[in-house]
Amino acid sequence: MTEVISYAYAVARDDDGSLAEALTGLPGVAEAPVHLVRAGDRGEVVVAVSPVPEQDFQEAALRANLEDLDWLESVARAHHRVIEALAARTTVLPLRLATVYLDDERVRRMVDARQEAFAGRLADLAAHTEWGVKIYVEAPAPTDRPAAPPADEGLSPGRAYLSHRKAQRHAREDAYRDAEEVARRVEAAARGHAVDRVQHRVQQGELAGGPGENVVNDAYLVPLRDAESFRADVTRAAEGLSGVRVEVTGPWAPYSFATPPEAEPQQGAVP
Amino acid sequence: MRPAGGQSATTDEPLPDRQIALIDLLDRLLSGGVVLTGDVVLSIADIDLVRISLRALIVSISEQNPSPWSALAPSVRDDHDG
Repeated sequence: MTEVISYAYAVARDDDGSLAEALTGLPGVAEAPVHLVRAGDRGEVVVAVSPVPEQDFQEAALRANLEDLDWLESVARAHHRVIEALAARTTVLPLRLATVYLDDERVRRMVDARQEAFAGRLADLAAHTEWGVKIYVEAPAPTDRPAAPPADEGLSPGRAYLSHRKAQRHAREDAYRDAEEVARRVEAAARGHAVDRVQHRVQQGELAGGPGENVVNDAYLVPLRDAESFRADVTRAAEGLSGVRVEVTGPWAPYSFATPPEAEPQQGAVP
Repeated sequence: MRPAGGQSATTDEPLPDRQIALIDLLDRLLSGGVVLTGDVVLSIADIDLVRISLRALIVSISEQNPSPWSALAPSVRDDHDG
């Protein structure tokens, strides 16, 4: 028989006792049902937990599993599903992917021991959501061959080719310069609304589909009441500049801000 | 395996129904969230190492594609720090 352990998703406050309802029928990691473990003096601090097979989460197996993109995706989506369900109702403090405990009792003791820190961070994050802002450069690649070099009158084919390549290179440099301008505009627009920022590394590689090259990949913490104006102002930053695209994703649960800035090396914050 | 189209999720659909690009999700799930130690017995304490090796998988082509910022605009990302 397979031993099960407890996978913890997020910490939240359940002041009116309605959170359990949000998890009804929601499959967690490994399709197991999710429940709440209650802690705190009145049981108002809760952790969403579900049973997972122990063998998948032992260190060596987990290490291998995390390199398996299909496994990783199924766990990540389940993790996110639970957090979104809670986030739709209350402020959540997401836990890092694959945080597991021997059993629910140890989850409860962990929350009891950290109650104050959790409560403080939950209060800070209340009525805020995270928004992702990505900037892409859609410049012609330097290796792009001209389909039909412009037939400039008076230029030899060789000169025409070189002049075309030069124009192409300039277009590329212009696109990056425009991207810098957009990045400045985005920061200025965001500063008016956001209370914090985390810079993620730019997205590259096999998972980074879509056109263009990602040059900025930031997360902003924005008060709920500012969400619409934040999105509108940031989206407007690329207006009038071709070859640069701004993409806004969200709202997200405050994943990137779950750990207070002072507990980690500063990654860059909006004042 | 493929990211879910990379939609900018700006629609007003209910949160759980949105299809979200895996790479955006992993950005958050692997580098965000509360990291707990102590009572955690089986969790990967050195998740940063795991993250790095995982990133190596996902970011496999990055060495041939250095970020343009480091070459062209070393100062832009630092101007507003702190």
